[in-house]
Amino acid sequence: MDATLYLIAVIGVMAGATLLTRALPFLLFARGAEHPTLLYLGRVLPPAVMTLLLLYCLKDVPLATAPHGLPEALALAAVVGLHLWRRNALLSIGAGTGLYMFLVQSGVFG
Amino acid sequence: MSHSSPAAAALRASLPVLFGYVPLGIAFGLLFDGLGHPWYFATLMGLLVFAGAAQFLAVGLLAAHAGLLEVAVTTFLLNSRHLFFGLSLLTRFRVGGWRKFYLVFGLTDETYSLLTGTRPPDGVPRVSYDLWVTGLNQLWWVSGCTLGALLGRAVAFDTTGLEFTLTALFAVLVLEQYRATRALLPFLVALGCGLLALALFRQEHMLLLSIALSTAILVAHGKTRQWTPRST
Repeated sequence: MDATLYLIAVIGVMAGATLLTRALPFLLFARGAEHPTLLYLGRVLPPAVMTLLLLYCLKDVPLATAPHGLPEALALAAVVGLHLWRRNALLSIGAGTGLYMFLVQSGVFG
Repeated sequence: MSHSSPAAAALRASLPVLFGYVPLGIAFGLLFDGLGHPWYFATLMGLLVFAGAAQFLAVGLLAAHAGLLEVAVTTFLLNSRHLFFGLSLLTRFRVGGWRKFYLVFGLTDETYSLLTGTRPPDGVPRVSYDLWVTGLNQLWWVSGCTLGALLGRAVAFDTTGLEFTLTALFAVLVLEQYRATRALLPFLVALGCGLLALALFRQEHMLLLSIALSTAILVAHGKTRQWTPRST
């Protein structure tokens, strides 16, 4: 197959497969959205997914080797502390990311 | 006026995603550039596929000339955590036509998090806010993919660590979710399942397996504790 044609086919197939993962719940449960179990999941799934996405972001932090996840721990503490204090998401995220970038770029932890 | 417009509210909510998506998109664009295709195919992927992990995977699949069936199955499995996202948005997305299609199409991890973890200011219609959040997030992603493929190698700014924006975003959203629900159980179940999945399975399967396991446990718990008989 021609290289460009192959690329276009791959993009098309990936777009279709991705859309299917996002659309299937709506196709399957189009009529049963008021079901108590689904309403219940609507309340408890977001906090669970958010927790797992946070954990997923941190899964590659090397705890066993130096600096033992210290930059991540300090930056997360800054995010949480700032957010509990000011409850301004942009401030918490911006300052925490800034601190993290400084810590990993400056080499303060070797 | 601008403070209560859907666009302004959505822009404020999606700014952290900008700082997360643009560097990630640039990283994808750079990798994609290595394949030797014209830059605008990176843009096209951001527009049509709009899935970070899958696009990174695609670079490898394209380089290996993987078969289309393999591409389809791998992409579906990689993104299958999205199967669970719609479950909590079934009623929210009860709007017609292209608006529903686009909301469903654009349901990435970060968009799902913002849509379920933030709320529009009073007076701003939910559906407009949701559409703006989804659209802006995709704009950041497509811009990143394009920049990376077009001029990524010329960018001198050291972005090491900028990806922490997404970690920080999820941390803030976890706090906000707790403030909204005041229930510890979903967090503890997820944490337990996540750590178990990390310990037992390959890392790339961790998200899907832990989301599926958490959903099963929470449903089982809901059936014993909070079941209210109702005919549907």
